[in-house]
Amino acid sequence: MSVVEILKEKFGAAILGEETTADQIGIYVSREVLPQVMRFLHDELDFKHLADLCGVDYLGWKGKRKKAERFEVVYNLYSLSRRELLRIKVPVPESDPRVPSVTSIWRVANWFERECYDLLGIRFEGHPDLRRLLMPENWSGHPLRKDYPLEPEEEWKDYAELREKARELSRYEWGDRRVRGG
Amino acid sequence: MAPTLELYTRKIGHPEWEEPFVVNMGPQHPSTHGVLRLYLELDGETVVRCDPRIGYLHRGLEKLSENMTYTQAMVLTDRLDYISSAANNTGYCLAVEKLLGLEVPRRARLLRTIVCEMARISSHLLWLATHALDIGAMTVFLYCFRDREWLLDIYEKICGARLTVSYPRIGGVRLDFTPEIIDELYQFTEEFPTRITDYETLIDVNRIWLRRTKGIAVVPPEKALNMGLTGPSLRGSGVPYDVRKFRPYDAYDEVEFEVPVGKNGDTYDRYRVRMEEMRQANRIIRQCLDKLAQTEGEPVVAEGAPDLLMPEKKKAPRAVPHPKKGFMVKGEEVPVVPEGEVYVSIEAPKGELGYYIVSDGSGKPWRVRVRAPSFVHISAIPEMVKGHMVADIIAVIGTLDVVLGECDR
Repeated sequence: MSVVEILKEKFGAAILGEETTADQIGIYVSREVLPQVMRFLHDELDFKHLADLCGVDYLGWKGKRKKAERFEVVYNLYSLSRRELLRIKVPVPESDPRVPSVTSIWRVANWFERECYDLLGIRFEGHPDLRRLLMPENWSGHPLRKDYPLEPEEEWKDYAELREKARELSRYEWGDRRVRGG
Repeated sequence: MAPTLELYTRKIGHPEWEEPFVVNMGPQHPSTHGVLRLYLELDGETVVRCDPRIGYLHRGLEKLSENMTYTQAMVLTDRLDYISSAANNTGYCLAVEKLLGLEVPRRARLLRTIVCEMARISSHLLWLATHALDIGAMTVFLYCFRDREWLLDIYEKICGARLTVSYPRIGGVRLDFTPEIIDELYQFTEEFPTRITDYETLIDVNRIWLRRTKGIAVVPPEKALNMGLTGPSLRGSGVPYDVRKFRPYDAYDEVEFEVPVGKNGDTYDRYRVRMEEMRQANRIIRQCLDKLAQTEGEPVVAEGAPDLLMPEKKKAPRAVPHPKKGFMVKGEEVPVVPEGEVYVSIEAPKGELGYYIVSDGSGKPWRVRVRAPSFVHISAIPEMVKGHMVADIIAVIGTLDVVLGECDR
């Protein structure tokens, strides 16, 4: 029995659908049951390795596969004993970008979720420490969203201050070693 | 200078002094291997809390590649882990090839395996050099750089670049090896095992080395997997997970090699695993070179591989019925890369390097996600250093083998 069949049998309507590319299978799961599905996959089906977790923004998507919501959070799981790769996808609406956190199942999810929050603005509920990771803490906007411009018109507000500081330091006289040394 | 001194004198004897002492290690610290900043709370010299701050090298590679064609974005992957760029290119090419459904010719697969293993050796050599230097062994550093230089010279002969090689391409490799490169690689594989033995005699029984690495940052196997460690850092804990064995790509299914694993999961075991891996990599290169002779003169790029310029749409001929001529051929615009999404990972020298690419059928990737091993490994630092001394943080950063270009992307 394949993993998809097992999941469908156990969770029924919470499995929203599936999608295949090449030999890889992706399963859509509704976010309400995500913690239960993940716990089941981790404990019962032995998917101990969370290879990747990321978000995708589908704003302005023109592909043939229809997307129900703007965002998707994608979990790539791997099972060492089954030697099987599985992709779990969770649609997230734009109006309410929240997903339950899986940090209690896989510790590795901690930074993945922080990064996803930082770059796409999806909030993970139950995350112990949801702060920005790659961007500065007072950054506004989420860079990986499709409506975020490649070159923003405004510069980061702390940048002017930093530049001024660097200019000051470049004028600073670094000791008198040169004078003494001759 | 002066203000710090004042701060110390003012604080002594005050209740504030009892609070955990905060130290910022980095981002310009020589042993953080890049621009990593660790926010440390110390009790004496013991680490109470560690909070890595990253992002100093964030260039927005994922955002940039959304605005480029697939071949243009490949050049960005060189800049991820700039020490083993050939492996990064290969991973990206494998992902796009999977989207395209391309079958890479055998000779190209062998050549890619060779450059990947060369990347592994040169990455491990740099790791050994800096790790030993951090811990206090200067001699190893010089010897390792000598051998790494040899490999970089071979890279230069192969494709003209030393670090950012961009040698693999979508559908194969850019150039074939010349006979003199093969001769030099034979010479390298002949000599390299004795060099590894040399390094081992330098540090294997060195008392300082053993005291600094044995029992430091022990990670049990289940915890290592749960924290997402991959590559040698995971295998040091005894989990034999290697992408080359579990999901073979390129020519790894036709060569023989072993996956070394550790027992105790400490820094010393991870060191042993990497040393053994270099031997295995050498073995793989040797076997691939032997197999190259069988495929002499075969093509190195798959038929139907996209042009290097890669237009966004291509004209595909289609037979259309015609009342008089029987049929006529019409050109029709079809997407270069079909719609779909793939997750493809390879065993990069640092660990599992994964690419998750979403294609919408246009000439540009909709989303390129890089699962970088260094990113995950840095997230494991707080757990690994808790309760250790400050000096051991250096050993932990070294043993995880992180590169910040890959972590920040």
